[in-house]
Order: sequence, then structure tokens, then C-alpha cells
Amino acid sequence: MRIPCPNCGDRDSREFHYRGSAELFHRPAGDAGQPAFVEYVYFRDNPAGRHRDLWLHETGCRSWIVVERDTATHEILSTALAADVARGAQ
Amino acid sequence: MSRLPSGGLIDRSQPLSFRFDGRTLRGFQGDTLASALLANDVRLVARSFKYHRPRGILTAGSEEPNALMQLGQGDQTTPNVRATTQELFDGLIAASQNRYPSLRFDLLGINDLLSPFFSAGFYYKTFMWPKSFWEKLYEPLIRRAAGLGMLSGKADTARYEKAFAHCDLLVIGAGPAGLMAALTAGQAGLDVILADEDFALGGRLIAETLEVDGMPGRDWVKRTSATLLAMPNVRLMPRTTITGAYDGGTYGALQRVSHHLAEVPQDAPLETFWRIVARRTILAAGAIERPIAFPNNDRPGIMMASAVRSYANRFAVAPGQRVTVFTNNDDGHRTALDLTAQGITVAAVIDTRDGITSSGDYPVIAGAQVTGTRGRQGLSGITVQTASGSRSIETDCLAVSGGWNPTVHLTCHMNGRPVWREDIAAFVPREGAVPNLHVAGAARGEFTTHGALTGGLDAARAVLSELGVTSPAIDVPRAEDSPVRLAPFWHVEGGKGRSWLDFQNDVTTKDVKLAHRENFRSVEHMKRYTTLGMATDQGKTSNMGALAIMADLTQRSIPDTGTTIFRPPYTPVALGTLGAGGAGKGFAPERLLPSDAMAREMGAKMYELGLWYRPGMFPKPGETHWRQTCDREMQMVRTAVGITDVTPLGKIALQGPDVPTLLDRVYANTFSTLAVGRVRYGIMLREDGMVLDDGTTARLSETEYVLTTTGGAAGLVFNHLDFCTQVLWPDLDVQYASETDQWAQFSIAGPKARELVNALCAEDITNETFPYMACGTVSIGAVKARLFRISFSGEHGYEIAVPARYGDSLARELGRRAEALGGGWYGLEALNALRIEKGLLTHAELDGHVTADDLGLGGMVSSKKDCIGKTLSQRPAMIGAGREQLVGLIPVSPLTQFSAGAYIFNKGAAPTLENNQGHVTSHCHSPTLGHLIAMAMLKDGRSRIGEQVVIRDHTRNIEAVCEVCTTVHLDPEGAKLRG
Repeated sequence: MRIPCPNCGDRDSREFHYRGSAELFHRPAGDAGQPAFVEYVYFRDNPAGRHRDLWLHETGCRSWIVVERDTATHEILSTALAADVARGAQ
Repeated sequence: MSRLPSGGLIDRSQPLSFRFDGRTLRGFQGDTLASALLANDVRLVARSFKYHRPRGILTAGSEEPNALMQLGQGDQTTPNVRATTQELFDGLIAASQNRYPSLRFDLLGINDLLSPFFSAGFYYKTFMWPKSFWEKLYEPLIRRAAGLGMLSGKADTARYEKAFAHCDLLVIGAGPAGLMAALTAGQAGLDVILADEDFALGGRLIAETLEVDGMPGRDWVKRTSATLLAMPNVRLMPRTTITGAYDGGTYGALQRVSHHLAEVPQDAPLETFWRIVARRTILAAGAIERPIAFPNNDRPGIMMASAVRSYANRFAVAPGQRVTVFTNNDDGHRTALDLTAQGITVAAVIDTRDGITSSGDYPVIAGAQVTGTRGRQGLSGITVQTASGSRSIETDCLAVSGGWNPTVHLTCHMNGRPVWREDIAAFVPREGAVPNLHVAGAARGEFTTHGALTGGLDAARAVLSELGVTSPAIDVPRAEDSPVRLAPFWHVEGGKGRSWLDFQNDVTTKDVKLAHRENFRSVEHMKRYTTLGMATDQGKTSNMGALAIMADLTQRSIPDTGTTIFRPPYTPVALGTLGAGGAGKGFAPERLLPSDAMAREMGAKMYELGLWYRPGMFPKPGETHWRQTCDREMQMVRTAVGITDVTPLGKIALQGPDVPTLLDRVYANTFSTLAVGRVRYGIMLREDGMVLDDGTTARLSETEYVLTTTGGAAGLVFNHLDFCTQVLWPDLDVQYASETDQWAQFSIAGPKARELVNALCAEDITNETFPYMACGTVSIGAVKARLFRISFSGEHGYEIAVPARYGDSLARELGRRAEALGGGWYGLEALNALRIEKGLLTHAELDGHVTADDLGLGGMVSSKKDCIGKTLSQRPAMIGAGREQLVGLIPVSPLTQFSAGAYIFNKGAAPTLENNQGHVTSHCHSPTLGHLIAMAMLKDGRSRIGEQVVIRDHTRNIEAVCEVCTTVHLDPEGAKLRG
């Protein structure tokens, strides 16, 4: 599988480290309470289909990247720098 | 000799000599080992896997299940080489496998007589009693008897390569379809790779007597190949099997670079494994002929009909003197025609269909079946049954044709299931099973030459259209287009003897029926229960037959019965090739300390820690046991001064106005209050509240910080910081970089540490200028260094860092100064024991399952701020009662050695999982105390100080009573650290 890094272009997936779902963006506020953090840390949607992943281009530019990927076919639909996505959301 | 006087694609001007089972035989350039053996009348070539039945060559391709040979000698011997694909070279040495003492007389042939006991799944029902016999007798015996070929047992000295290629179009198979596709795409200017597993291009065209464009097929192949070779944008890759289809248009390919050469050239590997990335792919891999099962259908001399043609037409070998054919389709008759044209007698064509007449100089027995065969070590005759009765026919070669199976395998590698076509009674690839892959020719069920040529052209045009490239004007050459005429027929009922389906795993029709009786009726169950299709040929010649029988038994259609999944690799790939470059030191980079050269000169014993090589100890002459060295080094640190290299600990430089904010968010304790020139110990949590890592962070100036991590977690923490600053808090104004390798760092510890450091540095180092946990820049000669007053040993200590290029020089200088003060270098054993005496932590304790509170560090989690892991670390079950807490242990009953991982139980409790109280994490011998000590996680440990517990390690037979105590065995006030 190859992942198109926004900085580096198409790179072999072995250059990347997979962290998990882009749901990780939405860290609850410090005082949000335990149920909110339990939800954040442990519960995930698990679709057979489109999914937004978080990958680190570990042996490349070291950018965290949001990858929109189809979990059934491994087709990569889009990538974006996580920092850009994070700022955009705010 | 069975070599025909003329014809074939062999080069008679290049005779070759080779050995098989000790006999010297002759062949020609262009022969395979199989064709050369047949030319020399060698028909018995193997003994089967389970029953050790005499076996011969069945096919002329990579689907061969029988003729597996041991090739070569010494450390270059290769087992399980298919004789049908091994090119002959001068001096080739081959041996048959799985027989003792010889092929002709094999002792384990007795298995065949015991066959009723060895039917499918026999190992679920036998070798059960007595229980003890399994380990002592049955398993060793079975292990010796099992398998086919043997490894040499020596290290593999062959060289392998891995390679990568990109192309616009990958064409898999260089038969008529593939050649047309490559020609078309090549002329259009695409970057094309044409791969074929054979050493000669042309596919079936070089094995048949068919014409293309009015010339012999082989001539058209020659001309087309020359055209392709001349195109700079077309890469021809013969001897290259595409082994698997993977995501993103990636294909694995095994290129057999040097297997056809007597000696591997200096500058070439034996094999290369390719990863080919193609924008588009055309699968033109042809089809594999399938047999018909009948009683005793596995004798040497019974072959696939198309293989008989290959041997006669391509290799000029007559596989028999008096040949018969058993077929259910017109293609079988082609064999009779080709053989009679070469002057070989065809005794009869036995056709299962009624009303079939001869199309040449051979007799036909229509509406007939073969119900038996004779000739244990080589076919001598067959029994044929018709409506009017049975008769016997003398024959030394029976050519079998049950139809053709398109080579769909690659299209199933991404979980696609093939589609059944009733008109050809075969499975074809499912459209879109592999993205951007088109199928053409026989692989798609187009079995005529015209169909293949057209199919290849059409597929190439489709690809060109998809890529937006103009198609060239190309005409399809004229070729035969005879319709497929076939009546499905899978196995003969009746007759005496077992009918074989999977030749390599020795599975019969009886086994499939047994699987059905025992209710293993789905094809997935049938496969695993009988092992049919699980040998190295992945059932290429057996899956279809078994499927048809199971469909029959379960009264379903073949498509409803379904297929199992084909998986890569298409044909076997040696692990050495897959791991090219990774053997020995190639497996991982070696990370060396700045003091590495000095340590090795001193004769230090080097340990591997991850990728790092670090000295475990520095033995002095006369020291014969490691404990002597370790104890001495520890004493040296506690009474004088010791030096050790701590470069591998992660160092991360941070700068920017928001560094204090970031530190407060990633550390559990507070760092925003850290003053300039001070160091603080901190712990980091994971978001689930478990401890991630510990370390110190120093503030060198208003804006410069250095964060340290444990050696093993350096990468983890760095990834974590990247995550926090890019995903969570991208607006923090911070910059940071890893500088683990950029600074050589040494620990200087012991009562004389200050004396050493003060003399070394230009500055005055006193308790006033440099108190405990201070940091700053110092000068060593002309070099600027960083000094930190921190300790991992419990002694007065410092860490000093210089740019790595000065590391070797400083290491030697430190060693000299330490020795002058009665001290010296110490290694990992002593480093570890010193910190255990002080109850300090490593990842033996921070194993990912412990919280700060478990470690007695609950107070470090600040209540005043949020941080990663803060909220979930406060969950009720994460704190307090019932949790395993960090304690010390000392032995009460005799104990030679603690063991890390030993379980802890209450006295008198049964050693069961339910009664588990915890485990030992670290341990050492303490020369300071004169006995063994350990650190352990113990349920409610902090409230059990003084209690006695039992430790148990069942694998090492360790059991002892211990007393629960503090982890800090020395200087609990820390007086040695301060002042």
C-alpha cells in the first residue's frame, strides 16, 4: 500500500506508523469528566468502508497525516496534514 | 532412448551431461530436467508423500505435483525443485526425495499397505495412546518420516536481491494473449513489463503445432519476441513468476536469475524478489489442464495430455512407445494427432463422450472410461470399460485430458472468488476482483488461439483508453478458432483401487467421500480435513476434481459448492529471497556508543539492547565470573567514582515560548515552574492513565530545554510529542528536535565524582555553584559541555554531555581521571544493580500496566492541571485497594537466584492464577547488603511491609519465602545525593 504524503508524495506504507482513528482529534477538555475520556480513549466506530485514519510519516517528514481510507478495499481517498485539519476545525 | 530424431526447440549442438540419483545422463540446451529424464527413459522419479507410491512426471509446468527433486550439493542444495521447470545445465546434480534406500526399493512403501489406517484425518484418531508416547515416540517418528525434501542444515551462502520496478502496464504471461498485449501497448509508447515464469516465451504456442499468421506458432513467437526486445520501453522478464497481487497495483515477483547456470556469476544473485507497481495489469497466464480421476491413476507414465504434446513438440521426447489417451473433450484428440505425426503409436483414444469418431490415424473407443491400470513402477497397461464390457490395452503412457482451468489465482489474492461458466465447465476470474487488472486469453476462458490473440489486443486497447493514450493500428494475426467441445466428467465410479486427486498430499476420492461422511462438507472444511490443495502446488491439478465430487455428494451445483481462496505465493518462494539483504548483520542497523571503540579495546563484554551495543561489564584480568566484575564495579561506584556511557537515553531539545505549557500537558507533574539552571524528574502518562515513560527535563536557559527519555522509549516519546503538537495543540509555539545521537553523554557517579568533575571543568563545581538537580554549560578545554547533577545510582553524581564527535576523546579522559581516583568504567550489570539497590525504575517496572500510584508516585500527578492521562488515571479502579504496588523483596528461605517474572503467592496458598499476588520485576545481588534483593509488584504491597510471601517460577524450579520490604535499601534520606 502506498500513502500520498502531502509533503513527500506517494510513499510506501512501511514509512508510516499507524496510530488509529481521526476521532483522536477530539480530546475532551480537562474537566470533561471520566465518561467523556473513556469514550475518547476506548470506543471507536469500526466501519467496513470509509474511515479517517491518523498516520505518522515516521521515517519521512514526520508529519501526522489524516488519511481517508476504505478499510475494505484499502483505497486511499484523500490525505491532509493533521496540523492543517486541526487548525481548520478550530 | 525416447528422444525423437528431429524437431523440438532444444539445441542439439549443445549437448549437456547431468546426474540423477548417481547416474550420469545426457540432454541438450533447452531441456528441462523432466524432459531430459524422459528422454533417457527415466519414468520413476519420486515416491509419494504419505504412501510412498512410485510416481512419475505428470505435467510440463509449474503445476507439477510429483517430480520434486533435491538439487545441488552441500550448502547449496535445494529441496523440492520441480523437475518440469528446472532448466538443464551442464553438471546439474539431482536426486529423488522421500525414499530409503532407493526409488526402486523404498522401505516406507509399506505405508501403502497400511493405507486404511492413514486415510484423511487419521492423526485426529490415532497416536493418542498411551499419552506419554506422543512426545517420546510418535512425534519424533512422524517428524522423521514426514516431508519430502531436506534442507542441508548448513548456513545458506547464496546471495539474494530485492528490487523495485514501476511501469504503466504489467503483462503477466507471454503466450499469444500476453505477446499481443505487450506488442500493442509497447507500440503505443507505454512503459511495459512482460513477465513469464518460463525461460522461453510463447506459452502454449511453443508446445503446440498450431499456426499463427500462416507460420508455425514458434516462428511467430520468435518474430514477436525480437520486435519486443528491440523496443526500449518494453522490459522482458522471463524466468519470472508473478507471485501475488497486492494493494495499489503492487505485484510480487520471483525472478530466478541464476538457477539455470552451473555457477552463479560473481555479480549476480541467485534469485531476486521484485515489487512491481503497475498502473494497469493484464493477466494472460493461460490455463492449466485438469485430469480425470480413475482407479490407480497415479502410476509413472500417466501424464496430462497437453504435457505429452509439450514433451513431443517442444522437447522432442516421446513419453511412451505405445500411447493411449483418456479424454472428455476435443483437445485430448490433438495429442493423438501430434503423436502420430511424429511416428509415435497411439493405441487408442478413450473418450467418455458417445458418438465420437477419430480425426486421424488412431482408433477411438467412445462412451468409454478407464477403470484400472497396471504396472507399479511404470505403466504397462490399462483396463477400459464400455457399455459392451471391459477390455485390456497394453500401453506405457496414458495421456489424460479432463478440460482446462483458467489460471485465476492472482485474481483471488484480494479475496475475489471466481465465477463459474457452464459452457466451458470451468471457473473464470470475477470482473474487478483486482482493481485495474484486465484478464485476457485462456485465463479468461478464451481457449482458442484466435481468442487469445484478440483478447490480448482488446485488453491492451482497453488499458490504453483508460490511460488516455491512442491505440496503434494493429491487426490480429490469423489463427485457429475451433470451439470448445467438452462434456464434464470428473471421476470414474467403479473399478478397483483408489482414485487420486491430490498427488502431492496423497489425497484420494475416497478421502473426499470420508470428509463428507464425517460432516466436513463445506469446501473449506474438506480442504483442511483431507489436506487436499494444501501442498506446494496449492491444488492446481486437484481442486476442481475434489470440488466436483463434493458438489455431487451434497447434491449442489459446482458454483453453489464454491471454491477455497488462493493465496500468494503462486509458486513457492524461498525465505532467503523474501528476506534478501536481511540475513545476519543486514537485519538491523547497529547503533554504537561514542565510547564503543574504547570499550572494546578494554575487553568489555558488549550487550545488545535494541539496536544499541552497550558494555555489560569491563572484566579485569583474573576475574573469571561475571559477578566478580559486577560486584567490583558496584563497589567502585559506591566508594570512589565510576563512569558509564548513557548516550542512548533519548534527548529532545525544545525551544519556544510555549515549551512550559507543552511540558505541563505531557508530564504528570509540573514543569512550568522549573527555574533556569535546574533539572526535574518527571513521569509521562498515556491517555489511559498508565505510565508511558520517566525521565528528567533540564532548563538550560530562558528558552532552551532538554527532555530525556529512557533508551527504549525515545522513539515512542518523540512520536507522542509530534502527536500532541500537530494533532492536539497545533497552535503551541514550540520547536523541538531529537538530539540523542548528537550528544555523547556520560554518567560520573560516586563520592569522588565532584572532585573529578571539578578538576575536569574550567568552572568551579561546588555544592553552592552546582547543587543537587542543577544544570548548566561548562567548559572542558575548548569544548562547551552540558553538565547535569543527577544520579541513577544513589551516589553523588553528574551527567556530562559533549557534541558526539568529542565523545571518544572525553570517554578516555574520564577513564584516566577516574582510575587516578581509584575508580573506573562500569557497565550495564552494575548500572542496573546500583539502581535496584535504590529502588529506581526502568521499563521492567514501567511495563505499560502500572499507574503512578502503583509505583508510589501518585503524588507526582498534579491536581492543579490537566495533562495527558490525568483524568483516566484517577478512575477508582486505577488507585488504591487491590492493585499491585511496587515493593522490595528479600529472601528468607535459601535462594540461589531470583527470577524476573516469578509469581508471588501468600504462604500456604495453592499456586493458581486466582491466587496470584503479583510478580518480581527486577533483581540483583547486592554486594552492599551481602544478599539478593528484588523489586516486585505485589497486591496492596505498601500495606504489607514486613509480611512473608512465597515466590514461584515453575519453569526454572525456583521457590522461596521472602519478606516484603522497602525498595530503597540504601540511604533512604538521600544524603549522599545532596551536599
